[in-house]
Amino acid sequence: MKRQIIDKGVHSTFLLIALFSIAALSLIMVFLFIEGIPIFDQITIKEFVFGQYWYPTDDPTAFGILALILGSVYVTILSGMMAIPLGIMTAVYLAEIAPPKVAEIVKPIVELMASIPSVVIGFFGMVIVAPFIQKLFNIPVGLNMFNASLMLAFMAVPTICSISEDAIFSVPVAVKEASFALGATHFETIAKVIIPASLSGICTAIILGLSRAIGETMVVLMAAGGAAMIPGSFFDPVRPLPASIAAEMAEAPFRSEHYHALFAIGIVLFLFTLIFNLFADYLSHKFRQVGEASL
Amino acid sequence: MESNIKMRTENLDFFYRNFQALHHISIEFVQNRVTALIGPSGCGKSTYLRCLNRMNDLIPGITVKGKALLDNQDIYDPSIDVVTLRRRVGMVFQKPNPFPKSIFENIAYGLKVNGVKDKAKITQIVEKSLKQAAIWDEVKYRINESALGLSGGQQQRLCIARALAVDPEVLLMDEPASALDPIATQKIEELIGKLSSKLTIIIVTHNMQQAARVSDRTAFFYMGKLVEINDTDTLFTKPGLKQTEDYITGRFG
Ligand SMILES: Nc1ncnc2c1ncn2[C@@H]1O[C@H](COP(=O)(O)OP(=O)(O)OP(=O)(O)O)[C@@H](O)[C@H]1O
Ligand SMILES: [Mg+2]
Repeated sequence: MKRQIIDKGVHSTFLLIALFSIAALSLIMVFLFIEGIPIFDQITIKEFVFGQYWYPTDDPTAFGILALILGSVYVTILSGMMAIPLGIMTAVYLAEIAPPKVAEIVKPIVELMASIPSVVIGFFGMVIVAPFIQKLFNIPVGLNMFNASLMLAFMAVPTICSISEDAIFSVPVAVKEASFALGATHFETIAKVIIPASLSGICTAIILGLSRAIGETMVVLMAAGGAAMIPGSFFDPVRPLPASIAAEMAEAPFRSEHYHALFAIGIVLFLFTLIFNLFADYLSHKFRQVGEASL
Repeated sequence: MESNIKMRTENLDFFYRNFQALHHISIEFVQNRVTALIGPSGCGKSTYLRCLNRMNDLIPGITVKGKALLDNQDIYDPSIDVVTLRRRVGMVFQKPNPFPKSIFENIAYGLKVNGVKDKAKITQIVEKSLKQAAIWDEVKYRINESALGLSGGQQQRLCIARALAVDPEVLLMDEPASALDPIATQKIEELIGKLSSKLTIIIVTHNMQQAARVSDRTAFFYMGKLVEINDTDTLFTKPGLKQTEDYITGRFG
């Protein structure tokens, strides 16, 4: 009898704690929408999202965030193009090809890279990478989309690599042996059995790696160049959504149009990551292997 | 007589790091004959079988001494291409290990990695192999579903079909019927009988009746050593050693 009461108590405690975190998160959401929505009294959603000009402090003001959205999208895609192949190939190397001793040393190092604070990476981009690519490609500014993407890729690779590595490593030896026993080479086994079998985990890895890149503020603030214009090339400076919010929030007068517009950017960013995560979830479920019969 | 020997080992020693799992095993496998390996659990049957297609190479820290020959060629010779060897010497594992792919892809995989591109031919071989392994009727309507959805016994037959699809010369079977019901077991035994006209089969089994039914020769292993090998009829009716007799009559202890 007493044990049942304790059990009930435990249940309710956990429920309470869970409710508390959910409530706190919902409050933030509500706040975001309350502060963001008033901007749409001034302009339509369409003007806001597809407007080309972002002049929040000029007269007349312009609150079009297309350039910021594209800045975010391009930077994310570009960093994904760098980080995904690099992260997965490193993972394959560590899990399948590297001698165990090498993997033992390299894996913790890669994981350690994930803990470098983003401000350090941003600083690195500003001080080391910017002058370097400026000279290398002979371009006017080193703080640009390419630089920011490179730095974001740098941040995403450790996440993508270490989670993919776990997924690849957990493919049963028996399945690999089945492939070898049929006369497949190591490469064929990796490409046609091991990677497909760990695709669900690899998807999760990509998502986690890139969602960090989407929301990342400090690096893009420091290395992306900050120009609110639609980029025409890799080497144009850009101003992704989080950078705009971080750079301008301090100057925007409380409850001004500008202030509301920045919160509306926050809503857009939120929807952005939400859709990204839903898509990711869908992908990783799609590739999940279910229903393994056991003996 | 010599030319009839498809595969043989000479004084084969095998070590997992410092542990010697096989001691001086010498066996000759006659072409188109079924040889059964019997012996108590842990005596080295799987280890021996896995030496014959160099599957043990994948385990770190192993050492092989002595010789293993396929068509008089040492398969541990550095000049041997392991990939080709494994295609010629197929294997059905002790535990079913289907790929997490569709049933069709499970069978087609071996063909594809061995360079078969003709879709019609692949489809035809897939069907033929599944029929041979007595599983076609159960899977023909769900050929594109995941193989992981099959029962354990179905998975085992799928793995047999998969091994047959690449048309090996020697087939190593590690307790292929351990997860099967009597009907499927009987079908597999019939299959072994039919296949033996075309290929050389080496089968591990814990089932004495099965060894007696399907094999031409039987080898009895104990603690990593080959105790006795003879024609199956002779071994089961007039075992040469007391140890063998005790094992096959179930008085082992
Ligand atoms: N990967 C391994 N590393 C170290 N020792 C191993 C390994 N695999 C098997 N062994 C050992 O080698 C011996 C022979 O094992 P093996 O699997 O060949 O036995 P078996 O005759 O197939 O047994 P069973 O009938 O239970 O399948 C056992 O003592 C086992 O513990
Ligand atoms: Mg075994």
